[in-house]
Amino acid sequence: MRYSGAVLSVRGATKRFGGLVAVDALDFDVAEHQVMGLIGPNGSGKTTMMNLISGALQPTAGSIALKGARISNLPAQEITRRGVGRTFQLVRLLPSMSVLENVIAGAVFGHRHRWGREAEDHAHRMLERVGLEAMAFAPISALTYIDQKRLELARVLAGDPELLLLDEWLAGLNPTELETGIELIHDLRGEGRTIILVEHVMDAIRSLCDNCVVMSSGKKIAEGNPADVLADREVVRAYLGDEDA
Amino acid sequence: MTASGFQELAIAALLVVLAAFIPMLSDGYWLSIAVTAMMYIALSTSWVLFSGPTHYISLASGAFFGVGGYLVATGMSDYDLSFWLMAAAAPVVATILAALIGLATLRLSGVYFVIFTLGLAEMIRNIVSWVQNNFLGSRGLYVLTDFTEAHIYWMLLGITAAVYLLGWFVNRSRIGFALRIIGNDETVARHVGINTATPKVILFMTTGFFAALVGAVIAPRYSYIEPNQVFSPELSFLVVIMALLGGSGRLWGPVVGVIPFTLVWEFVAVQFPNQTTLFIGLVFLLIVYGLPHGVVGRLEQLAASVRERRNA
Repeated sequence: MRYSGAVLSVRGATKRFGGLVAVDALDFDVAEHQVMGLIGPNGSGKTTMMNLISGALQPTAGSIALKGARISNLPAQEITRRGVGRTFQLVRLLPSMSVLENVIAGAVFGHRHRWGREAEDHAHRMLERVGLEAMAFAPISALTYIDQKRLELARVLAGDPELLLLDEWLAGLNPTELETGIELIHDLRGEGRTIILVEHVMDAIRSLCDNCVVMSSGKKIAEGNPADVLADREVVRAYLGDEDA
Repeated sequence: MTASGFQELAIAALLVVLAAFIPMLSDGYWLSIAVTAMMYIALSTSWVLFSGPTHYISLASGAFFGVGGYLVATGMSDYDLSFWLMAAAAPVVATILAALIGLATLRLSGVYFVIFTLGLAEMIRNIVSWVQNNFLGSRGLYVLTDFTEAHIYWMLLGITAAVYLLGWFVNRSRIGFALRIIGNDETVARHVGINTATPKVILFMTTGFFAALVGAVIAPRYSYIEPNQVFSPELSFLVVIMALLGGSGRLWGPVVGVIPFTLVWEFVAVQFPNQTTLFIGLVFLLIVYGLPHGVVGRLEQLAASVRERRNA
């Protein structure tokens, strides 16, 4: 495993909520241009791990570093400015603003500062990027579910993140939408972006990820390339229980 | 957007010029109503600067207004200081106070913020009354100046114009955009890189500054000031109700609420002096049930549906 040169290094990350250990001493690295899948059964602590990276939650113990610089215990806005962008498990948009303004919001305060015309042009490019340019001036209420997801992605991309966290970005899409969605992430991968993907859609994991970390009850139970990991006895047991393993 | 922005500014400038002539038209009853209305326009517009985009309902206006009136009164009455000096110092004190309140309430939102600001305003009122009654001797203070109602009116108009102009710039700046994002979703705001504390505290300080300035400028109108009266919690509620009645989504919304409210208020206060609280309650019900986004919000809704019908 390459430690130096990793975009993200997580060491002993732990999060306790009272007596519950949601994330238990997790270690992993994400290399540049790598797409990493963070998978595991419901309640295994994947979203909590994402929240620790993005700064929505502070770890109880352990450290998280972005390109060698420690980001754990920094506030979320500081982590964003250093280049971590995320989408949310339940889409979060700015309902009183237009589609375009939602994307501009991501361009203005992030990793790079833009304002006025420059921010607007940039936002239009991001909308084109996710295939939503036609809706630029529509209100949020006019968007379908996949378009809401696209918009959230455009907002995150507008901040030029060095590390992209997608929390169940494909969840809730119908089969056609799913195809479009996977294609979109595939393109992002092709651009050489570094991505962490929390996902339940196994087809997506297989086709998109270079590497996988499997969590169960807060612990890492397996790591490696998707095909190997998904065949692992321990992983199958975590998902399906003892009888099927 | 830029063109319509300047158009809005031009209309506002024209209205300010027209409003400046009101004291020429009347110097009695109507001017006194105009002074009251202008006071509430200034207060409500500065309230909207912070509470409009963030949806944080502040009931602290009365506290800042009181700081303004009280400092002018105590400075002039007990220390023989000039009105101008005190009118300049009071907003600075209120701004510092607002910074402290802002920092203390950063983690509060929704109803907790509302209750905190209300409780805080009451606490300040009681502390000032207590200090005044126990240590500073006189219970009431005199504010004697040569100002006429017209002078006070013009000063208030000047403050209103300044608040509006500032708000116009804020709405077009990064800080104004940040506040709108915060008002939509504070979690998203943090995750697009906004340090949410800074814009909130800065705009809350601005609101405190202008409320105290209005309190200072209006003080000569009352001549005799008591802490209990100048820190009135009723004022905080009136500011909120008038702003919401007009619509807090636009900077000019409060004007639309203040003018009819003040007129009806005057009528109610004269005809049914014991029913003013009932009137506030009724207007509040009207807002909650009939005009959740104020008169301006309703008008914009109508305009949008007319446009849609025309396009269909």
